[in-house]
Amino acid sequence: MGEAATTANPAAPGADAPASAAWRLLAVVPLAALIGFVSLLPAITAGETLSVGWAWVPGLDVRLSFYVDGLSLLFALLISGIGFFIFLYAGSYLGRHPRFGRFSIYLLAFMGSMLGLVLADNIITLFVFWELTTLTSYLLIGFDHTQAKARRNALQALLVTGIGGLALLAGLILMAIVGGSFELSQLIAQGDAIREHALHLPILILVLAGAFTKSAQFPFHFWLPNAMAAPTPVSAYLHSATMVKAGVYLLARMHPALGDSDWWTWTLLIAGAVTAVWASLLAIRQSDLKLMLAYTTLMALGTLVMFLGAENYYAIAAAVTFILVHSFYKAALFMVVGIIDHEAGTREIDRLGGLRGALPITFAAALAAAFSMAGFPPFLGFIGKELKYEGALAISEAPIFMTTAAVTANALMVAVALVVVIRPFLGTRPDLPKVPHEAPVAMWLGPVVLAACGIIFGVAPGAIGNALVDPTVEAILYSPQNIELKLWHGINLPLALSVVTVTLGAFFFVMRRRLIRWTGAWLDFVRITGDAAYDRAVAAMMAFAAWQTDLLQGGRQRIYLATTLITFIVLVGGTLIAFGGVAMPAAWPSAPLPVWGIAALIVAGALATTQMRSRIGALAAVGSAGTGVALLFLAFGAPDVAMTQFMIETLSVVIAALILPRLPAMAGRGHPGRHGRLRDAAIAVACGTVVTLLVIAVTAGPFDRSLTGFFEIASVPDAFGRNIVNVILVDFRAIDTFGEIAVVAIAGLASVALIRQTMTSRRDR
Amino acid sequence: MQSLILRTATRLVVALMLIFSLFLLWRGHNLPGGGFIGSLVAATAFALYSMADGPAAVRRALRIDPRLIAVIGLMTALIAGLWAALAGVPFLTGLWNKIPLGEGAELPLGTPLLFDIGVYLTVLGGVLSLLLALEESEVDDDRLD
Repeated sequence: MGEAATTANPAAPGADAPASAAWRLLAVVPLAALIGFVSLLPAITAGETLSVGWAWVPGLDVRLSFYVDGLSLLFALLISGIGFFIFLYAGSYLGRHPRFGRFSIYLLAFMGSMLGLVLADNIITLFVFWELTTLTSYLLIGFDHTQAKARRNALQALLVTGIGGLALLAGLILMAIVGGSFELSQLIAQGDAIREHALHLPILILVLAGAFTKSAQFPFHFWLPNAMAAPTPVSAYLHSATMVKAGVYLLARMHPALGDSDWWTWTLLIAGAVTAVWASLLAIRQSDLKLMLAYTTLMALGTLVMFLGAENYYAIAAAVTFILVHSFYKAALFMVVGIIDHEAGTREIDRLGGLRGALPITFAAALAAAFSMAGFPPFLGFIGKELKYEGALAISEAPIFMTTAAVTANALMVAVALVVVIRPFLGTRPDLPKVPHEAPVAMWLGPVVLAACGIIFGVAPGAIGNALVDPTVEAILYSPQNIELKLWHGINLPLALSVVTVTLGAFFFVMRRRLIRWTGAWLDFVRITGDAAYDRAVAAMMAFAAWQTDLLQGGRQRIYLATTLITFIVLVGGTLIAFGGVAMPAAWPSAPLPVWGIAALIVAGALATTQMRSRIGALAAVGSAGTGVALLFLAFGAPDVAMTQFMIETLSVVIAALILPRLPAMAGRGHPGRHGRLRDAAIAVACGTVVTLLVIAVTAGPFDRSLTGFFEIASVPDAFGRNIVNVILVDFRAIDTFGEIAVVAIAGLASVALIRQTMTSRRDR
Repeated sequence: MQSLILRTATRLVVALMLIFSLFLLWRGHNLPGGGFIGSLVAATAFALYSMADGPAAVRRALRIDPRLIAVIGLMTALIAGLWAALAGVPFLTGLWNKIPLGEGAELPLGTPLLFDIGVYLTVLGGVLSLLLALEESEVDDDRLD
């Protein structure tokens, strides 16, 4: 991870961006959003919900609609509030980067997408914003695009969460079909109907696939630590406080509709518990502070998922409180790590120490945030932890398993918290790559305020308990709730568990090196690496793509034609045979003599084409066959089609005459040879047979005049035109024509590019 | 190919063909014709002109790059469609305005004609782009050989 530490280091020497001051002003956008959302708080606290929406695609029930309840407001406040500090922080951290403007736009786009996601009511709106967060996350992880590692990890996050997003879309649409509405606010009232429906399990699997990939649950957890290739403000904002919680948000939102079933409960409990314990074990093993925090984020996400699997209100309240607790301390700690990296020039734990004197304010913020993380009183983290134990004990399905998982993970969190605050700041200062100075205000303000939130709400938990936690828990459980958040619950089992946690955590901290050695041997043995599986999957996909491209698009016109025609023969011929479409007409229609003459001309032209020794001769023969077809159109009263056919024949000959002289001689290199010609003849005969059978089958049945009749009647009164062909082209089916002329324009432009390119390469040779 | 007879005849024939192509475009809604056929006739006319006088003469006569003609055509068709959207009816709905010509006669003009003009320009531009690029690359080859 050493090289990532340098990539995140901003401001290449000599970088000069005079516009950066203007970009820094963008911080007012999240601030304005925050003020707006705070002003909604009284109404939400009073139990109201707000909604607003506009028609988008009315025919498909797609609306651009938004819905504010406790749950969405909680997330909106976190996104805009933390967003404000991140913008301030990024202004200092990356302000002198030459592409800071681009970075700011990405970050702002992400914030907008994330707000849209948590506020969306319509499921399509939700999906669109969901994918937008994936895309902006891709751009932000790959911001250092000169680094191969950043590009690879950005792509990994995009693919993993993008595939999950598609699953989510399918799940949401199934849910809309079952629940009879595209609005989430309506769907969550349909819980019983959805749970009893036969599609319940497919819906659940698809939605969980979306949530688990987005929130990096085991076995999809691997992309999140890799996403740390992003600059630190991005890691603090997207990959700890907001975007990765989108999956958690989705699970919370879906709780009334999908929760309370065995599948839901057990999947969430087990996946969450495994993620939490696994990630906290890996966290303690890291030597890079940023990676260590990334794994603790995984632990937090696992814990949240685990508690959302439950039904009792202590568990849900624990999840909601922990969302707040975690966002406060984790965003603060990420920013602290960024400051350490910025000031000391490294994030490696073993190279850091004694920074408390040089960075007193940062140290204070780190201390407060880490204590909240460890769950010491009187921090909000303590309340969160007590609630977690109470919730885990109340999970009737498996109280002992859940409590054990929660205690283990939390004890490891205590150890990590101690590492984060003790190793870089206490002890003696070793030789550092840079001489550290306290960071500028814009950088320490965020950690200080967020860490202070952890204390203030810890001492006075009632302030957020009634205003925010209650409405959120109500939204998740879909019934009125009243939780009292308090520091002192009396001497009870959760308090005893807290004591056990802290003791165990201190023990882990002291034994850290030995723990790393023991788990190392064990991890070598287990080898669960989703990362390697991802690499194999991508390699297999690439190999498949290369194989099928070679097979179907070999770069020779002959192969392209064969592919197209064989596909046609198999699809059309197969369909004809499979559905018994091969039919002979009762009586062969008679035709006047001139028509027979034209038919003979077409056949003679086609046969002559195959026998010609020169291309010009073949071209002329094809042209005579085409002229015959045009004459047929004329004979059967379609002058428009006939005229078009004549013009096309003429232009084809002109264009072909321009191309022919450049082709290699017909008998030269690349000639198919005898076997090849036999194979081509077989394909041609098969193709002709299928078309003949198709035409006979079509004309065997009675001619359906309903469309013709409609156009004959509607053409003049509706479209003021008597030429039905043209009326269809420019009025009734104008959108088809529009698509076709777009293709013509693009083909024209592309052919110019191709011809010019070949010319240049020939001249260069 | 520099033939005096071809060049002289081309002058006349190309002019006639271009007028005929516009005639086809105009009458297409009621009688055989239309933007697509009209544009093919025009493209053939320019192909003939190019054979007689070379691609550079065609470019001079066109004044605008054929690629731009294609794009303008596409935009024209798009505007014809969006006109309906502005009027509050679905995209590409035909809108008509009947201009009285006196003595009971009237001239119906509508967005379908605008759309057909868009089709005409797009196809003409697309075909000519291809054709001229091919002809010019041939000229270059001759110089190379």
